[in-house]
Amino acid sequence: MSEIQYTVQDYKSGQPRWCPGCGDHSFLSYFHKAMAEIGVAPHNIAVISGIGCSSRLPYYVNTYGFHTIHGRAASVATGAKVANPNLTIWQISGDGDGLAIGGNHFIHAIRRNIDLNMVLLNNRIYGLTKGQYSPTSARGFVSKSSPYGTVEDPFRPAELCFGARGRFFARCVAVDGPSTVEVLKAAAQHKGASVVEVLQNCVIFNDGTHSTLATKELRAQNAIYLEHGKPMLFGVDRELGLVQNGFGLKVVKLGENGVTEKDILVHDAHCQDHTLQLKLALMEGPDFPVALGVIRDVEAPTYEAAVTEQIEEIKKTKKYHNFHELLMTNDVWEVK
Amino acid sequence: MINQTVVKELEQVAVRFSGDSGDGMQLAGNIFSNVSATVGNDICTFPDYPADIRAPQGSLTGVSGFQVHIGAGKVYTPGDKCDVLVAMNPAALKTQIRFCKPQGIIITDSDAYTQKDLDKAEFETTNPFEELNIKNDVIEAPITSMCKETLKDSGMDNKSIIRCKNMFALGLVCWLFNRKIEVAEKMIHDKFAKKPAVADANIKVLNAGFNFGANTHASASTFRIETKVAKAKGLYTDITGNKATAYGLIAASEKSGLELYLGSYPITPATDILHELSKHKSLGVKTVQCEDEISGCASSIGAAFAGDLAVTSTSGPGLCLKSEALNLAVIAELPLVVVDVQRGGPSTGLPTKAEQSDLLQALFGRSGESPMPVIAATSPTNCFDAAYMACKIALEHMTPVILLTDAFIANGSAAWKLPDLKDYPAINPPYATSEMKGNYTPFYRNSDSYVRYWAIPGMEGYTHRIGGLEKDSKTGAISTDPLNHNEMVANRAIKVAKIEVPDLVVDGDEDADFLVVGWGGTYGHLYSAVSQMREEGKKVAFAQFEFINPLPKNTAEVLKRYKKIVVAEQNLGQFASYLRMKIPGLMVSQFNEVKGQPFIIRELVDAFTKLMEG
Repeated sequence: MSEIQYTVQDYKSGQPRWCPGCGDHSFLSYFHKAMAEIGVAPHNIAVISGIGCSSRLPYYVNTYGFHTIHGRAASVATGAKVANPNLTIWQISGDGDGLAIGGNHFIHAIRRNIDLNMVLLNNRIYGLTKGQYSPTSARGFVSKSSPYGTVEDPFRPAELCFGARGRFFARCVAVDGPSTVEVLKAAAQHKGASVVEVLQNCVIFNDGTHSTLATKELRAQNAIYLEHGKPMLFGVDRELGLVQNGFGLKVVKLGENGVTEKDILVHDAHCQDHTLQLKLALMEGPDFPVALGVIRDVEAPTYEAAVTEQIEEIKKTKKYHNFHELLMTNDVWEVK
Repeated sequence: MINQTVVKELEQVAVRFSGDSGDGMQLAGNIFSNVSATVGNDICTFPDYPADIRAPQGSLTGVSGFQVHIGAGKVYTPGDKCDVLVAMNPAALKTQIRFCKPQGIIITDSDAYTQKDLDKAEFETTNPFEELNIKNDVIEAPITSMCKETLKDSGMDNKSIIRCKNMFALGLVCWLFNRKIEVAEKMIHDKFAKKPAVADANIKVLNAGFNFGANTHASASTFRIETKVAKAKGLYTDITGNKATAYGLIAASEKSGLELYLGSYPITPATDILHELSKHKSLGVKTVQCEDEISGCASSIGAAFAGDLAVTSTSGPGLCLKSEALNLAVIAELPLVVVDVQRGGPSTGLPTKAEQSDLLQALFGRSGESPMPVIAATSPTNCFDAAYMACKIALEHMTPVILLTDAFIANGSAAWKLPDLKDYPAINPPYATSEMKGNYTPFYRNSDSYVRYWAIPGMEGYTHRIGGLEKDSKTGAISTDPLNHNEMVANRAIKVAKIEVPDLVVDGDEDADFLVVGWGGTYGHLYSAVSQMREEGKKVAFAQFEFINPLPKNTAEVLKRYKKIVVAEQNLGQFASYLRMKIPGLMVSQFNEVKGQPFIIRELVDAFTKLMEG
């Protein structure tokens, strides 16, 4: 953290060229706001993206930026973080970039637990190539490349993240400012790979994909904001809650069948065992609310710190510390 | 004892140690080559691994070989065929006899010829020597039983005792070549420094082998290879090409003051570079074994962006996977070294064998106008200099560089005079200057070299955005302007073309009419072939290319001096095509072989002589 107080203006750059109404616009403004609140100096930040509409984002942030190639943002970010662990790195990917062509890098960056803030802007469509189904499009989704509906099941990003031993997973809706800023700040705070799934609309090719979460009112009905240590309540009057039911979860109404607030599950984002957190992350309508906020946030050693520690440790145990000394570790003979 | 024997002097000799993969043939060979090197002989070695990891013991596919070439003067190759073949079992005899000269001596373990051993080696009769029509002198030594006898009081178990067999063979070879046993003893002692009992046992067996030769073959001839050409004074070690490559990268890291980052994915025959660099954490080397080849390259680009000396290592199939990311390094103009240890292709091809068939891929195997410097190491020890130069060019010219080596020089070894980094040129990356603070743009260039300036994340006042989209030459913003693109394409090409590389040097008879041209790892064989032709009274010139893109400035001028040129390479004519393209009107003949095996000097001599006289 630097002594200087940065403002939103310090993180702004260029004029975004996304379609009017695109979810990327609102996300970018909340991203700028979060950056100012986090307060890391712009020159100590690198925003690294892949390819796709959302991957244009680095051009609009006044930090170091690298708009790389399709799917490889996590790899480029990994190298940058290992090279300079002092940098704060934001990795920006879409659902196609991060989960299709870049799926391998996505899971391995998470598995290594390298300290990257991995933002996954999920609009369930390929926008830049003008409307093909993506790995998060629902089965049966009709698009230009699936005129009769897809015949495959989508990835659920949380499942991939948890499957790769992810220690941080949060979700927000791109048009939902306060929650977006909060999860971005929590992701920045977390040491290790933090995945933030941003549910985002594509006005042109997949309008309404997250329509049940589009407004404050709808989110009150159809989403639940999870907060660590707080009971899992939702609904317009916070009259609904979640309880455990056998191996699963159940939505209950306070006051019905004798249910009181005491019966409601209390969120534990720090629980090592991710079983319940995964259940929360996989909830979907109409029977369940969609979980928003920080769903999992567990401490674990980071990759880049372990790399650095190992180097420091070996420097102490090995007797050679420069090239000449390295040469002399070989079987050497002298020609006189 | 030895002084009763006839000692013949030799100019050079090749010894091939062969046996089961687990027989320790490489260790025996290494010690023999080092013992020879300490008395001033030149050395060149080459291992021949089986394709299987651990084939059944005694089987034909499980044989591994290690050839050592030692010379009174300089030796340039591991030798076409060997003068002494050590074959530890019938399978080794059967598979390796083709590498032995007709007059070569065979040393074998007579205890290893039971019916079971013969069956495993698929012999049909009980006399393998007759069956293979072997007329060579054979020293049949009961190696296994002598080993057991020597160590009967050692308290070691049978398995550990038998593991010392290779030292018996080594002792015998040391006797045959009048090598001082003390030097070998010291090497064994050092090798097993942490296991004194193992060292003692090996030294005992080594002496047993030596004495066996002296006592039972007292009337046989032994050989001596005197040092004829005094080597430059100094300290030497025996080094493989892959290790020399790793050392060159480390040296460049130290010289440039940048931390070394390697992003890599295991692939034969390049993996030893990853292994070697992974060891040297005490030098601050960071190695990341990535999830795939693409990530190996992409993570290195990230490390370069963040200010490290970034390297990715691979072989042909991996280079295919890296090509998209390489283009990102080209357009973002970031320093990156890609080491391609070439192997037989296409596809999985011949993973353990050498070829020079990635040249055109390295030069042109990317979309768009994508110029990239290409350097080709010429020998195991030259891998050091080539890797150093690759780093220097990458860092000073803000460009990815491809360093081509191959399985042959990567696994082969030679005596290497330890370098003094003071003798190596400085490496000065074009860092953004303090005057640029606040108004830095990433694609503003040095007007002479066309090199852009490097501002690294963390530097205050230089924030900027780069990426795979074309950028405006002045502002650095995304640009689709036709004239700007035209200019940027030209800028990137001019930048690479302007890189200064050493002039092409002609060896042999400079004023000859006939020029042999090669590039990269075939240097030793081509040089030896040309030397042999000259010894036979022919006038021949020879030029080996190390710098492929850009070519040395004097290339056209040199090549045009010769009436006849043959380009010899281990592909179907890739460098010949490249030369024809670069020098319009140039007429060259080709000698091409794509067998996955090193050239055979005799065949080169015959082919070149025919071309020259035809």
